Amino acid sequence: MSERLLAKLRERFGASVLETHSHLGDDTAVVDPARWKEICAFLRDDPACDMQMLVDLCGADYPDRTPRLEVVLHLYSIARRHRLRLKARVGDEDAEGAEIDSVVDLWQGANWFERETYDMFGVKFRGHPDLRRILMYPEFEGHPLLKTYPANKTQPLVAYRTEEEAGVPLEKLAPFGDDEGMSFGRKNGDATGDATNGEA
Amino acid sequence: MEPVDLDLEESALELPAEPMHLNLGPAHPAMHGTVRIVLELSGETIEKADVQIGYLHRGFEKMCERGTWAQVFPYADRLNYVSPMLNNVGYALAVEKLCDIEVPDRCQWYRMALGELARISDHLTCTGAMAMELGAFTPFLWFVKAREMVWDILEEETGARLTHSFGRIGGMARPPTPAFKELVRGSTKEILSLLEQGEKMLLKNRIFIDRLENVGNISQADAISLSWTGPCLRSTGCSYDVRKAHPYLKYDEVDFTVPVGTRGDSLDRFLVRLDEIRQSVRILDQVCDRMADEGPVSADDPRVMLPEKDAVYTTIEGTIQHFKLVMEGAKVPAGECYSYTEGGNGELGFYLVSDGSGTPHRVRIRPPCFSITGGLSKIIMGRMLSDIVPTFGALNMIGGECDH
Amino acid sequence: MGELITLQGSEQGFVTTRVNDLLGWARKYSLFAYPFVTACCGMEFMALASPRFDISRFGAEAPRFSPRQADLLWVVGTISQRQAPVLRRIYEQMMEPKWVLAFGTCASTGGFYDNYTTVAGIDKLVPTDVYIPGCPPRPEAVIDGLLLLQDKIASGDRTPGVVKPREDPVSRDLVPLRKKREGAPTGRTS
Repeated sequence: MSERLLAKLRERFGASVLETHSHLGDDTAVVDPARWKEICAFLRDDPACDMQMLVDLCGADYPDRTPRLEVVLHLYSIARRHRLRLKARVGDEDAEGAEIDSVVDLWQGANWFERETYDMFGVKFRGHPDLRRILMYPEFEGHPLLKTYPANKTQPLVAYRTEEEAGVPLEKLAPFGDDEGMSFGRKNGDATGDATNGEA
Repeated sequence: MEPVDLDLEESALELPAEPMHLNLGPAHPAMHGTVRIVLELSGETIEKADVQIGYLHRGFEKMCERGTWAQVFPYADRLNYVSPMLNNVGYALAVEKLCDIEVPDRCQWYRMALGELARISDHLTCTGAMAMELGAFTPFLWFVKAREMVWDILEEETGARLTHSFGRIGGMARPPTPAFKELVRGSTKEILSLLEQGEKMLLKNRIFIDRLENVGNISQADAISLSWTGPCLRSTGCSYDVRKAHPYLKYDEVDFTVPVGTRGDSLDRFLVRLDEIRQSVRILDQVCDRMADEGPVSADDPRVMLPEKDAVYTTIEGTIQHFKLVMEGAKVPAGECYSYTEGGNGELGFYLVSDGSGTPHRVRIRPPCFSITGGLSKIIMGRMLSDIVPTFGALNMIGGECDH
Repeated sequence: MGELITLQGSEQGFVTTRVNDLLGWARKYSLFAYPFVTACCGMEFMALASPRFDISRFGAEAPRFSPRQADLLWVVGTISQRQAPVLRRIYEQMMEPKWVLAFGTCASTGGFYDNYTTVAGIDKLVPTDVYIPGCPPRPEAVIDGLLLLQDKIASGDRTPGVVKPREDPVSRDLVPLRKKREGAPTGRTS
C-alpha cells in the first residue's frame, strides 16, 4: 500500500525524488532539499497520503559522503496507518552550510525535533521560529553527534575544584581502590580529542 | 555559563510588578530535577513559558556509536528508567528487524509479560508521583508498595530491581524462572486491590479532582500535530496504540482494550493510565495462560547468539564464535530501519543505521516524552501558575528519555 | 543522655569533647535532606522513602526543598555539565555544617557515561562525604551509606567514605579457581 505512496511521490515530484527503496518494509524516499517543505505539505494535505503525524525528525552523519548530513523524517498517518521515511541530504564535506526549510508550520511537533537536530548536527532550519540549542547549553561549541566531535571532549560550565580546594590530588578524590570502579574511567579534565579512547 | 537566574538584574532591587519573571526549576521538586521553565507572569496567569530541557542529557546516541550493538542495552535501560524492560524489548526488536530474526514464541510471550509488568510499574510511579506532588501522600505510598511487588517479580527474573539489561539480540538473557507465572498471578490481584484503594481515595477527593479537571486541556488535532502518542494522546480520544494499530510480539492474539479519554485534560490522562494498568493485568493473565513452560527463549542464530558455555570451553569453533561476538560484536547487515513499540509514554521508536560492522553507525531513539514535553508550554499558556504542577505531573516527563 | 555520651567513647572529660559529641549525636539523627534528584536513581530514592525500606527509621526522611533549611545534600543521579552550576549553587546556599552524599555510580564517578556531557563524579564540583556505588544502588546499600555518614557525623570525621559490599562477591565465587592457582593473591589489598 505504501508502495503506492512512493509511486505517487515519484509521479508528483518527478526528478526531485532522488531515490526510493522499501528495505525491511520501511518505505524511504530521498528527496531534493530545495523542495523539502513542498513535499512535506503535499504528504500532509493530500487525502491519499494524509500524514497527520510527524513521528520523528532527526539527523544522521555520514563523514565519507558529500553532502555529508542527512535529515531524516518519519511520517505516519493515523487514519490510514501507513508510514513513510523522507530523507534529504545537506551540508558539505565538513558538515558546514547545512540548511533546509523548517516544517514547523506544518506540524507543531517539529519545533523541538528541529532544534535538537540543529543542536546535535548543526543543520539550520530556515523559517524556524526559535532555533536555539535545546539539549546542550548555549555556551557549548560544536555539534556533539557529528562523527568528528570527540565523544569525551567536555566543555565544563563551572571550573572543577582545584587541588588546593580538595586537599588531595584530584585523581585521588574518590576513595576508590585500584581494583574498584571502571578501569576505563576518564582521567580528570582529560579532553585529548581521542574519540576512540575507551573503546576496544 | 548560563546564569541560573537569567532574568534578575543585580541592580534591580525591587521585583518588577508586571510582567513578573519566574524561574521554575531545574531543582524544583515538581520538575523532576531536569526541567526548567522560565515564566512570564501577569499576576498568577502565565503569559509566556519557555520550557528548557537538556539537564539530563547524557549523550545516549553518542555512546551507542562507541560500543557493539549488544552494549546498547544498558544505555537503553536508562532511557525511560521507570519502565526499563520496555526499552530493552524495543531495542531488541529494532535490531532483530534489521537482522531479520524472529524469536521463538515462548520468548515473545515472555517479552510481553515483562513489558506489561514494566508498564504497570511506569503508570504506578507516574500516577503516584503526581498525587504526591498535589499533596496526596498516602496513595503514593500504596502505589509504591504495589510497584515493589512488580519489582520483586522482575528481580526474581532478571536479578536487578530497576536496570535489568535483560534483553538480548535474538532472545532474552535467561528463560523464565519456574515460579514466574505463579508470582505474576499472585501479585496482580494484590496490585489491583492497592490500585483500587488508592483510586478511591483520590477520585473522591474534591481537591484532587478540581486541580486536574479541565486543566491542561488539549484538542485532538493539536495533540496529533504536536506528535503526541501514548496515554497523553489517548486522553484526547484518539485511540492510537502501537499494540493495536501495528501489533508486534503476540499482541494481536490477546484480548485487551485501549482506554481513551474525552476531554484531553489532566484528569483524563490520569484515568487513562489507571485503566491501562488494568488492561496490562488482563494481558498478563492471558500471557500466563498461553506461555509454554518449555522451549527455547533465544533464536537459534549463530550470527547474534553466544554459543553454549559447554561449546565455548570444549570446542575451538565455540571459542572463536564467542570471542568474535564479544570483541567485535554481532555483525548486523548494512541498512537502516525504524522500529516502533508502545513504551510507557507512547511510541518508542528506534531508528538504526548499520554499516555492516559490529558497531552501530547511528542509533536514534524517538523518545515519546520529548514531543510531549514539547507541547507543555502550549497547554500551560494562559493558565494559572499552580496548574503547572498537575499538568506537568500528568504528562509524565522522564528525564532520561526526554533528554536522551 | 550523659550515659550515651560516655558510650560514644569520650572518657577524658573535656567539656569541648562532650559538646562536640553531643552535637554530633544530635546532628546524626536529625538530618534534613535536600534530595537533588535528577535521574534513574530517583526511582530507588522513592523506594527508599516508601514503607518497605523506610528511611525515616534513621531520622533522615524529612526532605527540605530549600537548600537553606537542609544540611544533607543527596545527589541522586547523573550530573550533566549543564546541571553542574545548579548543583554548585545549591551546595553553596546550604548552611554549615553540611554533608554531601553521592547516590549511585553516576554521581560518584560519572559511571559509564564517559562523554562530552557528563561530569565525572560530583566530587569534581563539591566535597563529598559518602559515595554509594551501584547503578542504581539497592536501598540496603543506601541505608548502609546513610549509617556510614551518621557514624562520620558523630565522630566528626570528614574523610570521604565508600559503601563497599559486605561480602566481596568476586572473591567468594572465585574460591575454587583460586585454590587451583596456588600463589595467586587472595582477597583484596585495600
